[in-house]
Amino acid sequence: MQMTQALHTTSTLTDPHAGLAQGRAIAVKCRAITKSYGTGDNVVRALRGIDLDIAEGELIMLVGPSGCGKTTLISVIAGVLDRDGGECVVFGQDYEKLNSTERARFRAQNIGFVFQSFNLIPTLSIAENVSVPLLIQGKGRHAALREAEAMLDRVGLGKRVKDLPQKLSGGQQQRVAIARALVHHPRLVVCDEPTSALDAATGEVVMKLLRQVAVESGRALVVVTHDQRIFRYADRIAALDDGHIERIVTDAKDLQH
Amino acid sequence: MIAMRMLMGDKARYVGLVIGVTFAALLMTQQAAIFLGLTTRTYSFVTDTPGPDLWIMDPEVEHVADSKPMLQTQLYRIRGVEGVEWAVPMYRAFAKLRLPNGKTRSCIITGLDDATLFGAPREIVEGSVEQLRQPDSILIDAAQSGTRLVWAGADGVERALGVGDSIELNDRRAKVVGTYRISPSFFWEPTIYTTFTRALTFMPQERRTLTFILVKLKAGADAKDVAAGIRASTGMSAHRPEEFKRLTAEYILTKTGILVNFGLAVGLGFLIGMLVTGQTFYHFTLDNLRHFAALKAMGASSSVLVGMIVAQALLVGLIGYGLGVGGAAAMGGVLDAGGLAFHLPWSLLVFTGVAVLGVSVCASLLSIRRVLVVDPASVFKS
Repeated sequence: MQMTQALHTTSTLTDPHAGLAQGRAIAVKCRAITKSYGTGDNVVRALRGIDLDIAEGELIMLVGPSGCGKTTLISVIAGVLDRDGGECVVFGQDYEKLNSTERARFRAQNIGFVFQSFNLIPTLSIAENVSVPLLIQGKGRHAALREAEAMLDRVGLGKRVKDLPQKLSGGQQQRVAIARALVHHPRLVVCDEPTSALDAATGEVVMKLLRQVAVESGRALVVVTHDQRIFRYADRIAALDDGHIERIVTDAKDLQH
Repeated sequence: MIAMRMLMGDKARYVGLVIGVTFAALLMTQQAAIFLGLTTRTYSFVTDTPGPDLWIMDPEVEHVADSKPMLQTQLYRIRGVEGVEWAVPMYRAFAKLRLPNGKTRSCIITGLDDATLFGAPREIVEGSVEQLRQPDSILIDAAQSGTRLVWAGADGVERALGVGDSIELNDRRAKVVGTYRISPSFFWEPTIYTTFTRALTFMPQERRTLTFILVKLKAGADAKDVAAGIRASTGMSAHRPEEFKRLTAEYILTKTGILVNFGLAVGLGFLIGMLVTGQTFYHFTLDNLRHFAALKAMGASSSVLVGMIVAQALLVGLIGYGLGVGGAAAMGGVLDAGGLAFHLPWSLLVFTGVAVLGVSVCASLLSIRRVLVVDPASVFKS
């Protein structure tokens, strides 16, 4: 993959900068992040000191077996989950220093979400679904709908704006979800298993779209996935296991070693 | 917009919610309106007696049907009180009425001042009040003549008691010379109007024969001051019509179980409405919890989410209120036409509106709490 080849690699595979392209601004900086669930004998250490940097314009995938901490890490990065320790700075902002309202506002302005099960509201048209982040930002309904329709046009659904989500195929629904994640021009997009509910061909289409629409606009993308078929779309892949980053590679083949 | 579309999109739950609130609004409005209707009827005799500025009665009288006659001399004493233009007697007592076919009924005899016939009903249907000056004459209630005063002749045909018919009141002959129309009363006995003197002839001899004294004030006299003067100088009770109505209504409300019974029905309407609506609303919220979590993750603040739920609750409340009150009003129209008590003043509409608002807000509280504590990170748990 061209972009992958253009990336600079480092010798330390667990270095937070490993494989990070030089000269790009850091979007997300994670240092020694820890997170546990439960108490006493039932405590589960989901993250055991994660160090990771993510650059603007980069698509990084978080991979690993179930329970390795991928979802916890993406939740911390997205600012929807409090970490126990360490530091997580997103676009220069440490979540710990924001109260819940400020954090919600920060997410509304800077972060786009793509969920595994799309999470489209079934009673809203797809244009209305896509307009939700703009409405949350306080934009007027008509203006929000216009922008949503323009974004749907970009993802190839410009002629379906009035359809309800259930009238669309899984791939089309995920494209709607991508449009929703991008419509408010966030600087960071977090995607949770964006292709797991899709067949191979549709997954390809969705990943190409994410790459094209998101990364080429200079956004940072964090994708949690099990789907090896889409690894080649990543600039870097961080393999997690038992709450650690085992290695960060720029080529999926290196995960085998 | 999102909140409304989420709500209306789930048609089954939406209809369930509206039905819940409608039921609550209907039950609360209908029961309260019947209660108010009955309360109004308790003092309908006062309402239907036009003219007096003050009602004078024995101080032990607790309501309009509570007959505790006074001595005739009280009438002269009242006439001498400062501020009284004139005062006339009124007699009111229960009696036994025998229809032309011999069947008996209870009735209330009301005796009006012989000279002025003051206090007669406003609306005369047949005949005239002046005809009460004829021997043995009485006026009967037009509404009761075809119901409680129906009698069957020798031919077996039932007919309404009417003008020209003769009846017996406590075994003395009385002749119907006219009919009148008044408001329906809480007391079901038909009221017979006649003159004061004739009313006494229908009843057993008593020393005390004045049930009420109706007083007209001099121009410019203050009713409160005159009432105080009457109380001070005669020891009798003096009430303005509104006070007498309130006295009667309070007696019925406090000394009977009517308030408790209707209060329970209204409370039950509130409770059931709240439970049904609350449960449905909570399940609706649970069904949409992942969407609320997603909205939270995307940056919707708690106030926005609370606003969404409150807006949904208010919309359901507003529609349910409209349907419930509309249904109650329609039902009231039917009930009213059938002679049943139903009174729906604007204040009751406000009361029901506030109660329905309460139902809606209470119903949404659990949902609000659930949405406020939902973990936005849960959207990443498939």
